[in-house]
Amino acid sequence: MTDQVNLDRRQFLGKASVAIAGIVIAPGMMLYDFAHARPEGEAASAAIRWGMLIDTTQCESGCEECVTACNKENGLPAAKSPTDVQWIRKVDLKQISTGRQISLPMMCQHCAEPPCVDVCPTKASFKRADGIVLVDKHRCIGCRYCMMACPYKARSFVHEPVLDHDTDMPRGKGTVESCNLCVHRVDKGEQPACVEACAKSGHRAILFGDLNNPNSEISLRLRNVASTQLRADLGLNPGISFVGL
Amino acid sequence: MEKIFSQSETRQFYLIVALGLLIAGTGLAAAHFMEEHGHVVTGMSNQIVWGMPHVFAIFMIVAASGVLNIAAIGSVFGKAVYKARAPLAGMLSIALLAGGLFVLMLDLGRPDRIIVAATNFNPTSVFAWNLPLYSGLFTLVALYMWTLLEQRMNGWIKPVGLAVFTWRIILTTGTGLIFAFLVARQAYGSALLPPMFIVMSFGWGLAVFHVVQSTMYSWNNKIQDPLVLQRMKNLLGIFVLATLFLVAIYHGTNLYFAKQVLFEHFILLNGGIYPNLFWGGYVVLGSILPLLLIFHPSLGKIRCVVAASMLVILGAFALLYVFIIGGQAFPLSIFPGYEANSSFGDGQIATYTPSLPEFLLGLGGISIAFLITTIGVRVLNSLLPHDTLNQLKQEAE
Repeated sequence: MTDQVNLDRRQFLGKASVAIAGIVIAPGMMLYDFAHARPEGEAASAAIRWGMLIDTTQCESGCEECVTACNKENGLPAAKSPTDVQWIRKVDLKQISTGRQISLPMMCQHCAEPPCVDVCPTKASFKRADGIVLVDKHRCIGCRYCMMACPYKARSFVHEPVLDHDTDMPRGKGTVESCNLCVHRVDKGEQPACVEACAKSGHRAILFGDLNNPNSEISLRLRNVASTQLRADLGLNPGISFVGL
Repeated sequence: MEKIFSQSETRQFYLIVALGLLIAGTGLAAAHFMEEHGHVVTGMSNQIVWGMPHVFAIFMIVAASGVLNIAAIGSVFGKAVYKARAPLAGMLSIALLAGGLFVLMLDLGRPDRIIVAATNFNPTSVFAWNLPLYSGLFTLVALYMWTLLEQRMNGWIKPVGLAVFTWRIILTTGTGLIFAFLVARQAYGSALLPPMFIVMSFGWGLAVFHVVQSTMYSWNNKIQDPLVLQRMKNLLGIFVLATLFLVAIYHGTNLYFAKQVLFEHFILLNGGIYPNLFWGGYVVLGSILPLLLIFHPSLGKIRCVVAASMLVILGAFALLYVFIIGGQAFPLSIFPGYEANSSFGDGQIATYTPSLPEFLLGLGGISIAFLITTIGVRVLNSLLPHDTLNQLKQEAE
């Protein structure tokens, strides 16, 4: 009985805060389409698997729009040294045999069989039901075993005190972090910040969507164009695929 | 009472302990400095994520298990000379494990959350497996020492010794698996690593034992039987050879795989400090020279064996540095067939310069092991046995 009362009260408080926040914030920000948002309180579903298709033929060398957008969205400082965090980076590639040049954004590949999750001693690294690989920053002890295990160099260790982090994205010195596929935006039915920024810049190199839905745009594209996963030989089944590699 | 320490000896003991405490305290201060400022004050980065502290910690953890061989040969295989040394080996094992864990824990990004590792156990993580393995070894070795030092418990020496022996093999398998389970990097991900770590532990543990035994005998004014040391030196030689063999097989198989050739060239030929440390540090100073000191007919005396043991320890550090740091310095093969370039070091050899706090933390761990051993030997006077020639002759017969 008491539990029920507490639950009701908690739900009421939760909803009231959201309503108040909405009233205060909404006029000042762009209103997004909430049509595909996951209802609040509903767990992520394994029926969905979020993923990306990156078209390297559309990605321009020197363009850093996705990186800038990621940093802004998640309150990350621009990287200057090897100890700075980078959730997403631009990689320039030159094929050794032909000299063909490619540019692409590189981030956590959100593997179906993530080695970081396997090796994490405290279960701080975990995979959500919808395929998004995350780090619980309150549980991470900073052993960096996940960084040793990741074949994509996707993770960063916070080497310095974090002084001005975004309140929506708590971060802390001594823990490991990586691309979270902008989970907070995805849960609201939005696209990750890098995808949006890439589209805005006119390149449209990153397509985001549900890999499990056969009718989603990403599934249709994957069915019709030749794509590759990075280090497919490892059998980790990453959620990110590339065209033109 | 077998022996009463003179006043000057007591003063010397306290001086040594004070020195040990000072070094351990400096290690703690270094760890505090790293925690306050973050790992930015170390040489580590997002490319080299495990640095000098791991070299120290892994050496001590591997040696902690290897030193128990002395106990195993005594208790499980019944050799009297080794049996007499089992208590010292047990004490040394506890000391080295404590020292290694001191370094490993204090190098964590959040050492204050260590309890989280116990309350959120991930069964698929070999790191998590190691936690019960470490605490289990502490418990078993303590129990083992009780059976050795308490006469009424002597009947239990063999079964408990067998349990310790089994546990230590599993523990070092676990240490090797930390690297063997890493598919990402070319240096690791090999099933050869656990057996290689076990064989390395035999040699490193025995080398540490020789050095500590000689030091403790001289500090405690006890005479060490040269015959005993000479018998044990052959064993050290065999372990050094066995380690060389496995290291050669590891690199040999890698050289045979085309995809691994560039990595092997980096480690063995053109990687700067890494080939230098591998050939000069591990192969020449850490293996060939000790083998000469042990097996050359005109050498092999006590001083030679102690010098050989110190060189084996030096070689171990060189090998671990090459294995741990060199293994990370070589870029990940994310885009085979392409040259990669990025702001995050893709396709580039990573640089690493260990910083002073890292060294101080490592030395702090060694000092913890030193303190436990020194105090242990002083308190438990029977840790250093007096061997008699008769005992040796009996065993030979």
